[in-house]
Amino acid sequence: MQPMPKALKALNLFTSAVFAVALYLVLFYAPREAVMGEVQRVFYFHVAAGWVGALAFLVTAIAGIFVLLRGDHRWDQLALASVEIGVVFTLINIVTGSIWARPVWNTWWTWDPRLVTATVMELIYLAYLMLRQGIEDPDRRARFAAVYGIVGFISVPLTFLSIRIFRTIHPVVVGNNDPTAQGAFDMTTKMRIAFFFGLFTFTFVYVTLLWHRLRLQQFKERIEERKLQALTA
Amino acid sequence: MPEGAAGMQATQARRPLLEYLRAIGAVIWKDVLAEFRSRELLSAMLVFSLLVILIFNFALELDIRARETIASGVLWVTFAFAGTLGLNRSMAIEKDRGCLDGLLLAPVDRSAIFFGKAIGNLIFMGLVEVIVLPIFSVLYNMNLFQSGLLLVVLLGSIGYVAVGTLLASMAVHARTRDVLLPILLFPVAIPVLLAAVKASNGFLQAAEMADIWPWLNLLIVYDVIFVAVAFMVFDFVVEE
Repeated sequence: MQPMPKALKALNLFTSAVFAVALYLVLFYAPREAVMGEVQRVFYFHVAAGWVGALAFLVTAIAGIFVLLRGDHRWDQLALASVEIGVVFTLINIVTGSIWARPVWNTWWTWDPRLVTATVMELIYLAYLMLRQGIEDPDRRARFAAVYGIVGFISVPLTFLSIRIFRTIHPVVVGNNDPTAQGAFDMTTKMRIAFFFGLFTFTFVYVTLLWHRLRLQQFKERIEERKLQALTA
Repeated sequence: MPEGAAGMQATQARRPLLEYLRAIGAVIWKDVLAEFRSRELLSAMLVFSLLVILIFNFALELDIRARETIASGVLWVTFAFAGTLGLNRSMAIEKDRGCLDGLLLAPVDRSAIFFGKAIGNLIFMGLVEVIVLPIFSVLYNMNLFQSGLLLVVLLGSIGYVAVGTLLASMAVHARTRDVLLPILLFPVAIPVLLAAVKASNGFLQAAEMADIWPWLNLLIVYDVIFVAVAFMVFDFVVEE
């Protein structure tokens, strides 16, 4: 087995350290929100997880374009790794949102455009994974997944924009707020620092996970090769 | 015919387009003719649509007041379900009898095959809609034949069929193809269905055009996006 590259080890340490700082900023440094109280602290990682979801799906769509143009299966591995991470982070985004909504909106779930579009986005990428499972030929699987990753990405901007174009109760914290939103607030400087540091941290968490996932995929392929060798020998 | 040289050149320049249209027409004609002889697709879609409408009637207790608000939703769910049935079948026929390979061997642009299949599917979906609408009107005593609503039905079907044909041609290659198509198609098509339901509802409730326009715009935007994206990537789906 090939040892972990030095850069990846360094990235592991860096991401862990940054994550610890982010936890401190979110839990202790950022002030307690006056109306909502402690539960507002969910917001920092909620938005960050949503951001990673959107970023991951963007990477998948771009990797998909390269799969179609170049036909290189490494782009396909990148697309798959990114979708898996994106699905997990979108789920974190939805669950943390639900935890926040219980005290603030007085319900775990409401059929609001933002919640619906985010869930639809999650379902599209679950369908992406199911599509991959259903096709055996690796070359065809790569092409079909690329096509679906590109078509499915249309849902991502809609999710992002849904709180800005539809009438919704989901607050828009960054940018102008809709008067119908419930649970909106203005960020203080300290909150803003915690918020942007959270985004920064989660981006690094994404990159680290992506790298590990790609390495895992390479190991998997090497095992397949060894198996074939053992069978033919 | 006293035709000048410029006229001749123009005809020749137009010829590739003509050939392209003829290829599309041939694919559509093949589908329509096959369907006319077997009638499996249309009859299945029709009976299925009627069953869906009946089930909704029991499930939702469609009384007079509920009808006005729910009718557009019931209609679109019916069209979407019947549509998936048709899309799946139309691609499965091509795959099972090896027709798709034959089509791909034809010396025409691949996108002509896509448009041919998509327009063929649109025709079948349109036929089902044309039969379901009056039945729905009679059963629920509502007038669904309003020009605005018919336009929405057409626009919604275009978007749905464009992305549906693309995804169906992928789903037929999968092991789990019959279950896969709705799973792939519904989440992607939701913006189209949502806009279509809202716009239809607007027309049925005689809302102001100012309230309907945003939904019509969304519908048109998604139609354009889906047709364009499907046109661009279809080559990669059928490539062997």
